[in-house]
Amino acid sequence: MSSIATKRPLPVMVIATVFLLLWLVIAAFPFLWTTWGSFKVEGDFFSKANWLNAIIGPLTTAETGASFTGQGYYGAWVQEEFWRAAMNTVIVCVCVVSISLTCGTLGGYALARSGFRYAFWFLFFALIFRAMPPITLVSGYLLPFFEWNLWGHLYTTIIVLVAINQPFTLWMLHSFFKNIPADLDESAMVDGCNRFQAFRHVIIPIMWPGVITTGLFSFLLAYNDFAVTIMLLTKENQTMVPKIVSFLGTTQTKGNVMFAVAAAVSITAPLFVMIMFFQRQIVSGLTAGAVKG
Amino acid sequence: MNMMKTALFGTAMAVLTGTTALAGGHGCAVTEGRINIVGNEFPAIQSVAAAALACADGITAESNLTSEHQTINVAGMQGNPAEYTSAIIANSSIVALINEDVIRPLDDLVAEYGQDIPARQLITIDGKVMAVAFMANAQHLVYRKDVLEQIGMDVPTSYEEVLAAAEKIRAEGIMENPVGGAYAAGWNLAEEFVNMYLGAGGAFFEPGTPNVSINNAQGVAALEMMKALTEYMNPDFLTHDSNATSAEWEAGNVALMNMWGSRTGVLMDDEGSAMEVYSNTVAGGPLTVGDSGVPASTLWWDGWTVAKNISDEEAAATFQALAHATSPALLNDETMSQAVWLMDGFEPEPVNEGVLATVAAGANPYPMLPFMGLLHSALGDNLADYLQGNESAEQALADVEAAYTAAAKEQGYLQ
Amino acid sequence: MKHSTFFWFVLPSAILMLLFIALPIVSVVTQSVYAAHEQVVVTVENCGPFGCTQTTAIDQEATQALREAEPLGKYVGTDIYTDRNHLAFAEVGGAWREAEGLPDFGAALMNLPFYRAMAFTLTYTFIVTPLTIIAGFAIALVVNTVAQWLKGPTIFLSLLPMVVTPIVGGLALFWMVDARGILGGALQWLADDPTLSVKADTTLMWIMLMVYGVWHSAPFAFVVFYAGLQTVNQDTIEAAIIDGASRWERIRYVVIPHLVPLTTFVALIQLMDNFRVFEPLVSFQAQAHAQSLSYFIFSDLGGETRLLSSAAATSVLTIIGVAILLSPVLVRTYRDFTPRT
Repeated sequence: MSSIATKRPLPVMVIATVFLLLWLVIAAFPFLWTTWGSFKVEGDFFSKANWLNAIIGPLTTAETGASFTGQGYYGAWVQEEFWRAAMNTVIVCVCVVSISLTCGTLGGYALARSGFRYAFWFLFFALIFRAMPPITLVSGYLLPFFEWNLWGHLYTTIIVLVAINQPFTLWMLHSFFKNIPADLDESAMVDGCNRFQAFRHVIIPIMWPGVITTGLFSFLLAYNDFAVTIMLLTKENQTMVPKIVSFLGTTQTKGNVMFAVAAAVSITAPLFVMIMFFQRQIVSGLTAGAVKG
Repeated sequence: MNMMKTALFGTAMAVLTGTTALAGGHGCAVTEGRINIVGNEFPAIQSVAAAALACADGITAESNLTSEHQTINVAGMQGNPAEYTSAIIANSSIVALINEDVIRPLDDLVAEYGQDIPARQLITIDGKVMAVAFMANAQHLVYRKDVLEQIGMDVPTSYEEVLAAAEKIRAEGIMENPVGGAYAAGWNLAEEFVNMYLGAGGAFFEPGTPNVSINNAQGVAALEMMKALTEYMNPDFLTHDSNATSAEWEAGNVALMNMWGSRTGVLMDDEGSAMEVYSNTVAGGPLTVGDSGVPASTLWWDGWTVAKNISDEEAAATFQALAHATSPALLNDETMSQAVWLMDGFEPEPVNEGVLATVAAGANPYPMLPFMGLLHSALGDNLADYLQGNESAEQALADVEAAYTAAAKEQGYLQ
Repeated sequence: MKHSTFFWFVLPSAILMLLFIALPIVSVVTQSVYAAHEQVVVTVENCGPFGCTQTTAIDQEATQALREAEPLGKYVGTDIYTDRNHLAFAEVGGAWREAEGLPDFGAALMNLPFYRAMAFTLTYTFIVTPLTIIAGFAIALVVNTVAQWLKGPTIFLSLLPMVVTPIVGGLALFWMVDARGILGGALQWLADDPTLSVKADTTLMWIMLMVYGVWHSAPFAFVVFYAGLQTVNQDTIEAAIIDGASRWERIRYVVIPHLVPLTTFVALIQLMDNFRVFEPLVSFQAQAHAQSLSYFIFSDLGGETRLLSSAAATSVLTIIGVAILLSPVLVRTYRDFTPRT
């Protein structure tokens, strides 16, 4: 990335750096606050008396004898077996991302290359479908799912999440594929490939920045979904978010609230690893493809 | 004072637990059928569900306790066979199940397996047993003993006295906003209005019809009292549900509030607040408003039902397991303090005094009407405008009536 | 692309969407033109732990016959759409005739739930959407310049607002913006007003919700633009530099045109999501100050008596609202689809 295009004069660098630092603070602050607070007791983290309590933790010291406590983490992971929910989330996320992307890249590519009016109408209806509030959809699923014994299983939730997210995936990948010059695959077809071979040999190697970004959003959707998972899963099959909500309960039982906070914090670590890994993929997509074009 | 409290206790306990002799614990091994319970999620219900599932002997037994139970239970019981064999509900939410006709009358099951269940636990509608109640709940005054001593006032018994005490606490500079209450717009705010309106002597509907009538003198009086109270509350009162109100209490910012009996336990334990706060927290009786003599509070029960669309075998299994789970066998050191249990053998602790006093004072049960839920939603959506000073009490009540009427037309109650 | 190839490529997506979205939409539209049958109500005695009372109940046997004859309910056409809890035609008409001047009419309109919710929703949508796009674009440009080894952590931190489970994030934020929370306290200090409370004031609450909206969705715009920036043609940039284009001109004439399809996409998604704003209203307990159509659906479906037809009608209105809102962007996309072989 060290072409002359990216060299910057000093004032621009300073402004950019200040802006970036400011943004990072704003973006990360609530998370850092929550992480710090997850080692306190509820009375401190959610102190109504003074927010300084969340930092220094007088009640934590009074109740546990130390200024930090791992009670929230112990309670969530050991006592409440949060790892089961984490495993379910892994299954759901992996399946949702892979199915979404498989269907989405095929569809998105076709939509970007078709050029016929019906492709537009396909996208149009996909978008209108997405306008449907998920809560209405889910309450509509309940009765047939109970009736046909589909309710409560992980696979039902996976398919529903894929379907609800499909319009988004299609639009996003369609936008990315539009950015890839059509000459690339068309010249491959002139060379004797059929459409599918052109897709496989020419498009797949260079589509990664878009696909990884889309995959990231599919992942976040499956990971953070509340509306679908809380209504469609049994207790044993619960993923993390409904599990966290069940720590809270309708009447927030004391202590359990911190289980929820600790669980929400501890599950962000794998995400860090994932982004570190895929960040390279986004850039490798660049070197493999678009620059060549 | 102590004498009077004991007397109150006696009455309440007679109402609640009756005088039936302890029946010998019947065994609960259920070997045929299927049990699947859906219900809300809080400790008392978790204990009941766990005890019911423990009765299963080699049969499928599951439970789904979730805050979304109200959305799931109707769909989960409409199929045939129904996914859930039982739903745990309260006196407000049983109405939806009866309206949809998804729960069965329990008379024959009571005759066969439930002779030990005391009559007061049986919820009968039109002579048919539809549910078995196991715990009671109500809102009542919670106060700070030390603060009242400091200002030299007695424990308030009416909202008028609460206002006087609040004024004095503020005037003496002890607390800026001494009154608390779950006034969050939505369900909580509507519940406070229901309490206050019943306390002011109002009736929600024209007798025997679904025609709402709350835009009257009692309605205005109830709203005006609520507004007067909010003057002494944290300015954020419209965002404070019972969780946030409890947090305010534990932070020591509040000295008087109307709170659920089920929530007072955590306010009085030593977790989450300073010694000065929890050791001085006392559960008082219900409050009155005006001179109607009826407490401004409603009585609630939680109970279980049995689904209609299941085999008789499954119904019998579910009934036996839940009957056992809500019998005196449930009560032990851990479960005793989780709720005001309706079973024989329940020994009230200081935290339960408030609920028992409310029962003894003759508060109304929350109305079990098919269309009450619609009015509750309409109240929750429309009263915040008045409390924020955006419109008059009459206008707010007229808005509630209009919103209710539109919803009741859709549901077929009004034409 | 050949029709048959297109068909096979989009088939899996199409089946999924038909089954799980299109069919439910059909049933929702149907539901919205039916109301429940007339309920036969009888007076009964109701006994429980607190004694006996006279109450009313639905006469199941009498209602049963009606239900079996017409399982969908009673056909009411657009009655539910036009009733007071939705478009309120009668009430709006009445207010128009009785109003003394426009401000009076406006006040009467704002007393109707649908129009009040629209006032908030549209303000929110048209402020948050452009700010999100601008913020996301700026962050993407800056992150693109940081050293390679710092990119991973920077992207991770930038994504955090989207990542932290909204349920817990909302709980923590609700406490932070409290008058005695760290953010609420900071605001009081900044405004030099110890009585300032975000949760008690409608204007402040609106601002808070919008700030949250931008904060929460800027990472989405950022990642999309960041991925798009990776495919900007470096040759074009270098050619522009040789031609003497300034930094701003390069962004204006090379980078931005390249990112237009992505901007269209981000705008579509953001307009739609912001129009359906829901989660922040629940997280901040903002019902008293701000409402949206999605919130109405939530409250219709979450009440003790579920108002299915009302929720269905509101859902259809949401779809129509989204379609109207997106029409300029859609027309643009439509023009891009110039037919070719």
